[in-house]
Amino acid sequence: MSIYNSMIAWIDKRFPLTSNWKAHLSEYYAPKNFNFWYYFGSLALLVLVNQIITGIFLTMNYKPDASLAFSSVEYIMRDVEYGWLIRYMHSTGASMFFIVVYLHMFRGMMYGSYRKPRELLWLVGMGIFFILMSLAFTGYILPWGQMSYWGAQVIVSMFGAIPVIGETLQQWLLGDFTLSDAALNRFFAYHVVTLPGLLIVLVFVHILALHETGSNNPDGIEIKANKNPKTGIPVDGIPFHPYYSVKDIVGVVVFLIVFCGIIFFAPEMGGYFLEYNNFVPANTLQTPDHIAPVWYFTPYYSMLRAVTVNFLGIDAKLWGVILMAGSVVIFCFLPWLDRSPVKSIRYKGPYFKTALTLFVISFFVLGWLGTKSPTPMYTLLAQIFTVVYFAFFILMPWYSKIDKVKPEPKRLVKE
Amino acid sequence: MKKITITSFIFIFCLASFELFAAESSIPLDKAPVDIKDNASLQRGAESFVNYCLTCHGANFMRYNRHRDIGFTNEQILDKLVHTGQKVGDLMQSAMRKKEGEEWFGVVPPDLSVIARSRGADWLYSYLRAFYRDESTATGWNNLVFDRAAMPHVLYQLQGEQKLIVKTSDKGEQKTLSLDKPGKLTTAEFDKFVGDLVNYLVYLGEPHANSRIDLGIKVMIFLLVMLILAYALKREYWRDIH
Repeated sequence: MSIYNSMIAWIDKRFPLTSNWKAHLSEYYAPKNFNFWYYFGSLALLVLVNQIITGIFLTMNYKPDASLAFSSVEYIMRDVEYGWLIRYMHSTGASMFFIVVYLHMFRGMMYGSYRKPRELLWLVGMGIFFILMSLAFTGYILPWGQMSYWGAQVIVSMFGAIPVIGETLQQWLLGDFTLSDAALNRFFAYHVVTLPGLLIVLVFVHILALHETGSNNPDGIEIKANKNPKTGIPVDGIPFHPYYSVKDIVGVVVFLIVFCGIIFFAPEMGGYFLEYNNFVPANTLQTPDHIAPVWYFTPYYSMLRAVTVNFLGIDAKLWGVILMAGSVVIFCFLPWLDRSPVKSIRYKGPYFKTALTLFVISFFVLGWLGTKSPTPMYTLLAQIFTVVYFAFFILMPWYSKIDKVKPEPKRLVKE
Repeated sequence: MKKITITSFIFIFCLASFELFAAESSIPLDKAPVDIKDNASLQRGAESFVNYCLTCHGANFMRYNRHRDIGFTNEQILDKLVHTGQKVGDLMQSAMRKKEGEEWFGVVPPDLSVIARSRGADWLYSYLRAFYRDESTATGWNNLVFDRAAMPHVLYQLQGEQKLIVKTSDKGEQKTLSLDKPGKLTTAEFDKFVGDLVNYLVYLGEPHANSRIDLGIKVMIFLLVMLILAYALKREYWRDIH
């Protein structure tokens, strides 16, 4: 033990090991009433580690070359030892990343975690979300199947819709006049170096910002407002380690049961996680009848397709791009759109609860519509639910202010 | 108001008939008898595949010696599957050159390694049994599942020749096939032949599928034990939190 202690002392003189351990784990005080929704932060970190490790092993055998990419993926699936497992862990991990992050964001929306003093924490989180989307997009291109190719065509042509600079920007991004080997190579570079690097930095900043403000909780009240006068520790706080570290292990195991269930028994997830058409090598001359992005992008894809007429002097295609970009960026304004005197949905009134429910419904309906070929009926539905989606945000300053709220408790409520 | 009711009704109806990727034809597909643990069926399918498909199509991602998965020995593989003087560790490449394929069929016959993963077993099973005589096409054959398919009816000696019967009723056109000239096999025998072939194509799409499931069961048992331990640990620690 003394050897151990002297080793730690040796390190502590040269690196703030013990002080960081305390500040972020053993003496980081988290509210004691975390519920189901509070597992997804640590799970997102787990999936990130999974993506990085499996990604490294995939890179060892993947070939970023338009003529070799598809077959190198099948080579991984067949000839590399446990290559199929590594690849399914990565492809399932991509979808699970979005499930976990969507639930993590929804938690923030329910309990008002974006509200003062956590605005910056929320914004950093949004930055993580943008990078995650870019990672998913650049990663999906790599197998160079039909959906990789034509899905990317749709996304890339969005840049072309931007007035004046659009076409030049598109060529600059692609490094060619069309989507080709040059683009595949650079998207590979973004996917394995640039974006993961940025993501790791932002996740680090996200956790630092969280530990500065302290965690929010299902009651939406600040545990730091109620400290033990002798120790200065929040009365309703418990150290993250060991309490939440052991609790999160339970969450991790439950998550792994779901995750491994998909990997081992339904890796395609009925065409949602691995699209059937992506088992056809990219053919630049043959547009598929039906182009659908992977499920996690379908709500935005619906909004991209929702506008069918030019109005206010703006081209329909550009409107689609504006709406699609807007639908993601608008989350950043939540801290300032919400004018409710309380944070948590537990004490908010019927207006907010209705609005949030409608928002969730519109997100699912738009997501479902994004998987379908457009028909006049589907387009109309997409238009209606796009309006509902945006109304949730745009009308929030109004309905959150006039809503009938319940008084917040002084201390955390026992469930 | 009425319009909204109709809209929501249609919407619910569409949700009920949820189907992500419909095949290009609206002909109902027959259920393929897939069982990738049935080695005898897979072996029959593998031989049929080599004899009937590999002439034009390749399975360029598959190695011959992988077929030890389905119970063949290396000698059996060389004897039954390798007809073109290749080595047992070689990839299953087509005997036909790409350029020839384009000249003969107008399109290069697609690689079949993962065809069952993109088309689905039921589609393949229905497609291979749905050829009929049609003098208006270049090959003299057409297909009920895949209209104007570039592929001729390779298995016609086995199945015989089918002809198209179109019935027009108030429900619209109904297309069915009937056997015009019988082939070497009875309908039941031919269905079994195609069933084995499609079963093999499913195996070919993901040769590791069986070991994936076997490993999955072990992982699940491990995780369930882990869950009990993790939960017990959590309860122990949280006993003093009120």
